[in-house]
Amino acid sequence: MKAIETISGWGGWPRRTCRISVPVDPFHVADALTGASAIARGLGRAYGDSALNPDCTVLTRRLDRLLAFDAESGALVAESGVSLARMIEVLLPRGFFLPVVPGTKFVTFGGAIASDVHGNNHHVAGSFGNHILWLDLLTVDGDVRRCSPGSDVSLFQATLGGMGLTGIVLRAAIRLLPIESGWIRQRTIVAPDLNTAIDVFEANLASTYSVAWIDCLARGPARGRSLVYLGEHASQADLPPDIAAHPFATARRSARRFPAYAPSWIMNQWSVRAFNHAYFQKGCRQPSDRLIDWDRYFFPLDSILEWNRIYGRPGFAQYQCALPLVAARDALTDILDVTASSGLGSFLSVLKRFGPGVSDRPLSFPIEGYTLALDFSLSPAALTMMDRLDEITIAAGGRIYLAKDSRMTQRTFEAGYGTGRAALSAAILRSASNRSFASLQSRRLGI
Amino acid sequence: MNAKRSCPVLILGAKSDIARALADQFAARGHPLQLAARDLAAIERDRDDLALRHGVPVSLHYFDALELDKFEEFLDNLPELPRIVVCTIGLLPDQDEAARDSALARHVINSNLTGPVLILEAAGRRLSALDESTALIGISSVAGDRGRARNYVYGAAKAGFSAWLSGMHQKYARSRLHVMTIKPGFVATAMTERMDLPKILTTTPERLARRIVASLDRRRIVHYDMKWRVIMAIVKLIPERMYARLRF
Repeated sequence: MKAIETISGWGGWPRRTCRISVPVDPFHVADALTGASAIARGLGRAYGDSALNPDCTVLTRRLDRLLAFDAESGALVAESGVSLARMIEVLLPRGFFLPVVPGTKFVTFGGAIASDVHGNNHHVAGSFGNHILWLDLLTVDGDVRRCSPGSDVSLFQATLGGMGLTGIVLRAAIRLLPIESGWIRQRTIVAPDLNTAIDVFEANLASTYSVAWIDCLARGPARGRSLVYLGEHASQADLPPDIAAHPFATARRSARRFPAYAPSWIMNQWSVRAFNHAYFQKGCRQPSDRLIDWDRYFFPLDSILEWNRIYGRPGFAQYQCALPLVAARDALTDILDVTASSGLGSFLSVLKRFGPGVSDRPLSFPIEGYTLALDFSLSPAALTMMDRLDEITIAAGGRIYLAKDSRMTQRTFEAGYGTGRAALSAAILRSASNRSFASLQSRRLGI
Repeated sequence: MNAKRSCPVLILGAKSDIARALADQFAARGHPLQLAARDLAAIERDRDDLALRHGVPVSLHYFDALELDKFEEFLDNLPELPRIVVCTIGLLPDQDEAARDSALARHVINSNLTGPVLILEAAGRRLSALDESTALIGISSVAGDRGRARNYVYGAAKAGFSAWLSGMHQKYARSRLHVMTIKPGFVATAMTERMDLPKILTTTPERLARRIVASLDRRRIVHYDMKWRVIMAIVKLIPERMYARLRF
């Protein structure tokens, strides 16, 4: 079951030729580890080179079974290749939702664990790993170990956010969130500048979901103008009668596929500036309170399949940093200044308040403070600018999200994650065979 | 097909990708499932997945297509006689090895032909005796339409399977038992994963399964993909002399 394929992450860069293996079931994953090193790959939504290994990239797409669900406790057991989309499709009609969802539902369960993904409720619910009850990890010597907060704790914690470097998750259990409907009560607050946006976040820490779209190209007094979206799961009482009769029957959105790679001139500073302006004005005009279904609320971009093609063939990079609370205001201001003056910018820039991270997860991304995500078409100028953003991030005591990264240096990684690498290697089981789990990213960063 | 939604469907060779996709389709329509395979441990995860996602009862049954004399006993021991029986059993060998090694050749023929036809024959006797709408579905292959140097051991067995099903269809034409032959072209499954298949002619197990269920609704006798119907019609028309010189 081996083939050679040229693959990339979601950003389309880097592309590398990798030996692919597709184990047919969880019992055959160990047989698939044939190279000197291997890395698991789910739906390929990590942006950079986290799930690329030319020696052996193991696709988990056949590990896609849901195994058990207990409606009493909300515990769902599933194999690691199941997508979050499938979990929601099956469990939402029974009144349950994932406790944490990232910006796309087209990621696998295993990928969400390995990246310890966060959602718009990080400040109240923590990251994905906080809700994992146990996981079965295939380690480097071919053993399967069941790790949980109660057993093999350091391996468990290192696997949450561990970018697949501790082994391959075969199956895991997660506690789902009981909900009364598939609808979200959304409140939009217009923030004319960055400081107001941060004040809005700080004033709404009790709100379950909060996230802001930020205009990263606005300058002067409008710098950092944002639309802050707050959200709560709608209860039965919040719904108009026609919806309340079928609270989980949200309309299935028809997804469109982005037809081809766009020419790279499409994304220029005028088109992006115009888009951002129009988006902001539209947000200002919309009613501030509305009811919106889960799919459009959590996954607005999922309705355009392969939207990454809009950045053209050269691909793009997402710059996502986390900044500690004390330094966030100044660092965000500096980052927006650099971005806006460069004229390079993206139309989906996202700002979000993080709650506390979990310190004993060596590579987990969130730290208490703010996270900002910006997309850039790849170009020499964009890469140089991102190096400048790295300096601001590091000076503020921040870090870069590994699941989005394709270009940071080892120095930036070490400055951001401190003792993370040492803690990770202490938790990883060593094997006599000298085999290891590694990705192009882990080699680039010396993890 | 107007079989009741609540009637059980037996799937023979349940470990395969096509079997799983079909199980998914039938379960989505509310049919209870009986999954039969030799390696029961491997399909426990399918049982859990299908039962959880579709909320239908799913039972597992040991079945070995090569144990020809145990078929009657196998059917008698099912908790309930199914109303739809699907046979997805198939084995694609390395052609050169199969032509050289007579034991392997026999194994291939028994797996693709002898076992499948005898179990369907036995099931057909039981199903046709019921006074209700029932169906037998055999997954054959376009490889059975004409022998090719590249896979004629497999192709010959599938040709026999198709012929047997065609005969059964005629035999039961006046009964309420519907016999349907499926002739897929290339399907991207674990069986064909190592092969470099032309994308335009390759379907997925999920798409195939949807079409099989739709064909059953319309009581089609043979399900062929339109593209393959055309291709095989042409291939069958090529005179032997010319065919011998072709390489495909």
